Amino acid sequence: MHGPVATTKGEAIARAEEAAERADALRQRADWLTHAILILGVALFALPIWIVLMGSTHDVATISRGEVPLLPGPYAIENYVAAWTEGSARTTRVPVSAMMLNSFVMAILIAVGKIAISILSAYAVVFFSFPGRMLAFWAIFITLMLPVEVRIFPTFKVVSDLGMINTYAGLIVPLIASATATLLFRQFFLTIPDELVEAAKIDGAGPMRFFQDVVVPLSVTNMAALFVILFVYGWNQYLWPLLITTTGDVETIVIGIVRMIGSEADTDWHLVMATTVLALLPPVAVVILMQRWFVKGLVETEK
Amino acid sequence: MATLELRGIRKSFGDVHVLHGIDLQVAEGEFIVIVGASGCGKSTLLRIVAGLETATEGRVLIGGVDVTRLEPKDRDIAMVFQNYALYPHMSVFDNMAYGLRIRGLPRAEIEQRVRRTAEMLGLGELLRRKPRELSGGQRQRVAMGRAIVREPKLFLFDEPLSNLDAKLRVQMRAEIKRLQRRLGVTSLYVTHDQVEAMTLGDRLVVMNGGRAEQVATPMEVWREPANMYVAGFIGAPAMNFLHGRLCSEGNAVDLRAGCAIALAAPPAGVKDAEVTVGIRPEHVRIVGNGTVGAIPLKVDLVEPLGAESLIHGILPSGEGLTVRASDCSPFAGTTLPVVLPAEHLHLFGEDGRRLRLAHARSATARVRAGA
Ligand SMILES: Nc1ncnc2c1ncn2[C@@H]1O[C@H](COP(=O)(O)OP(=O)(O)OP(=O)(O)O)[C@@H](O)[C@H]1O
Ligand SMILES: [Mg+2]
Repeated sequence: MHGPVATTKGEAIARAEEAAERADALRQRADWLTHAILILGVALFALPIWIVLMGSTHDVATISRGEVPLLPGPYAIENYVAAWTEGSARTTRVPVSAMMLNSFVMAILIAVGKIAISILSAYAVVFFSFPGRMLAFWAIFITLMLPVEVRIFPTFKVVSDLGMINTYAGLIVPLIASATATLLFRQFFLTIPDELVEAAKIDGAGPMRFFQDVVVPLSVTNMAALFVILFVYGWNQYLWPLLITTTGDVETIVIGIVRMIGSEADTDWHLVMATTVLALLPPVAVVILMQRWFVKGLVETEK
Repeated sequence: MATLELRGIRKSFGDVHVLHGIDLQVAEGEFIVIVGASGCGKSTLLRIVAGLETATEGRVLIGGVDVTRLEPKDRDIAMVFQNYALYPHMSVFDNMAYGLRIRGLPRAEIEQRVRRTAEMLGLGELLRRKPRELSGGQRQRVAMGRAIVREPKLFLFDEPLSNLDAKLRVQMRAEIKRLQRRLGVTSLYVTHDQVEAMTLGDRLVVMNGGRAEQVATPMEVWREPANMYVAGFIGAPAMNFLHGRLCSEGNAVDLRAGCAIALAAPPAGVKDAEVTVGIRPEHVRIVGNGTVGAIPLKVDLVEPLGAESLIHGILPSGEGLTVRASDCSPFAGTTLPVVLPAEHLHLFGEDGRRLRLAHARSATARVRAGA
């Protein structure tokens, strides 16, 4: 009576173990494959950056010979000091430090300005009913279809007529309205329960109080995330600064790099590489800094 | 503390008429429960009192002052929402203090008031926490605390207990009642739970389709429902309704189920008419076989509830009848003789309104005298 039962039970256990082993093996193989793909991806993205980083530590001759150095060279400090303080004297007058400052001011003001304007317009569109509300919303929505590149000539005409060429204002103001950010804030505001708005009304909070005491604190995470995106967007602006900066005074780093690469022959490649590395740093710093913020935000908010 | 008066409140959202003229007088310190099925306009009415919604027609008076056109913040009311609506980024303390800060109270007084209220609600230990670090019951208390700390003229509650589990709900129900007694603040409480309504309210407003069907004390509503809607809505399990015909003298009713019941007194002014006879399941009497005037009830389903059983059966007329019996638990398929005692019958005219019976009045009178 017991015999056959025990056997079948034993068999079943053995079979289950076998299956478990097979599953483990399969899982290991899957792990291996996943890692291979990820490593390949990282290499694809990281290799150019690595080359730039290494290139910035060699002298101009090495790179001009057409070598692609994959190991650090001895000229790191000299190259970076030269780039930071003088820049590539052959093509621009402005040292990298000044261009970095221009880029930084532009990126910060664009990011902050975009957030400030879009959060206010989203607030108006979501929490107030006024005549033409939907019209306003659609007007904002439609500008999504008109990025700077599309409206560049009329914008340029307006800015130049206003005498804003070669000014920070000319660089920043035309880029500062953001339909995307407005829509993102709108989506977020729509998730704020009506009861919260009503509770605040009963507590006696007027629209500005509610904005400052409830809406802004609840939006901090979104603002941090947007700030990162918009800072990088501002930092990487190319076409508009290219048009609007005709002298070195407000030239941004991205434009600077392009102007450094004059003709193939007389480019200071070592300086270009060092400048590129320097230009990478602020966005990276912002991402790392803000990441701590919004990871914290993601963990802490909710309900 | 203040009185509240609603005069002919109507509300339409475009073409949708939600409230059709609500009148209500609330005395100082009274606890009024607004009860009704989902979608009957309870919340809308409460929001009109709060000032979150404007009435299409009618006036709202708080403490004798017409507040119809005032903003919520100028009405001196506090409201507890179903989902609590706590500020998620503020601590319990700040949640409770926010309204006081906006009113510009001195810091020391805010501190003192919040602490006192928190102690009263057993929240003393939790003041530093954020709402998400609280259980549902604790959040509910914070929402109550936020209302209490303001010391308003009027408390408004919109189904504040419906997100809690059954046990906690019973506990909080008692607590709300005690608090309201102690603070003596005039309160308006919306619920669709009739047990909450019966236990909490000094008076009930039973609403149906945007109308107040009856405004009376819980016992009055239960004992003398104004119409069939109220009769069917209040009381669980619901009242049985049977077809009947009032005889030509008006002093007896012929049930379609096959028996005549003599009434102690004819209903005023109605004779020889179709009526609906209502009887609560707990009032149907199960009698011995062969009792004169008994109706055979064919048992269809028996639901034991522990101390009692609910017996669902079919009368000879095909009408269903539910009986609540404490000492009888028959098998399905058997036949039980039942009697409908005349003193417990409710008669409703063809328009569904209650027909006043002479004995019903005297029954109430007796209870009042006894109380
Ligand atoms: N803003 C609005 N626009 C149009 N109709 C509305 C609006 N608010 C409420 N209603 C309608 O008014 C009616 C009453 O709504 P209300 O919220 O007062 O019901 P309720 O009695 O509180 O129901 P529940 O018990 O489900 O909360 C519903 O039929 C609802 O569809
Ligand atoms: Mg409701």
